[in-house]
Amino acid sequence: MPLDTITPFTPLASTLGGVLIGLSAVLVMALFGRIAGISGITIGALPSARADWDWRLAFVLGLVAAPLLVLLVTGEPISQTVPTNLAGMGIAGLLVGVGTVLGSGCTSGHGVCGLARLSPRSLVAVLTFLGFGFVTVFILRHLI
Amino acid sequence: MRLLLGFASGLLFGLGLILAGMSDPAKVLNFLDLAGTFDPSLAFVMGGAAVTTFIGYRLVWRQEHPALLHDFQIPTRQDIDGQLVTGAALFGIGWGIGGFCPGPAWTALPMLTPGILVFLPAMLIGMGIARWMKNLQMARA
Repeated sequence: MPLDTITPFTPLASTLGGVLIGLSAVLVMALFGRIAGISGITIGALPSARADWDWRLAFVLGLVAAPLLVLLVTGEPISQTVPTNLAGMGIAGLLVGVGTVLGSGCTSGHGVCGLARLSPRSLVAVLTFLGFGFVTVFILRHLI
Repeated sequence: MRLLLGFASGLLFGLGLILAGMSDPAKVLNFLDLAGTFDPSLAFVMGGAAVTTFIGYRLVWRQEHPALLHDFQIPTRQDIDGQLVTGAALFGIGWGIGGFCPGPAWTALPMLTPGILVFLPAMLIGMGIARWMKNLQMARA
């Protein structure tokens, strides 16, 4: 399937999925007292002097296990249409890695947890990465 | 117990991403394509997640400390600095090129597409570079 094919609008499933993501963020706060930002959890998942790396590694393994559980239960792999330009994917990965550490968060840390805390830094980060995301896709799909 | 509950939290997060459709870069890139095949679904993901978290956090914060660790560690900074904006801008560009942010990058890994096998290591290298730069800067200050 080419990437710019229309994907169906799924307000109900997307809202419910969002609620599950929110419940996970609340669980992480209730259990560990930490923000459920995936970029921060990823960096903190390496064994280190900090005593609480282990739950972060377990959390990442839980993320990786989710599509496998779906496959096991439904017999269907999750829907994945991934860009095939590998040089582009390498650059994209580097930018996401550098950007989320420099900017102290990603879609989850700023977009979900930060907005829920009414953090002005997170609001600025969300508007910035959304804005640059819109402009990047516009340039790549409509100008080049 | 800590490991089991950490794993369960990650699993719940991942299932949420998959149900929401956010695990598929095609849907993410269509959300970002306002002028083309726009799919507004991801606004509902963010809305559902942020509202749930807003309510849940306020219930959780009535406790003196989290169940498994000693204290709540919540960011306190309020200032808008150049690093925050530059970092978010770079992240937005990378998100627009690849259609992956960190959470969906992890749920995509077991599907072993060539794209994610390049994206994920590059993301981890990028995180390492930025962490190293931040440490260097802190050591100088």
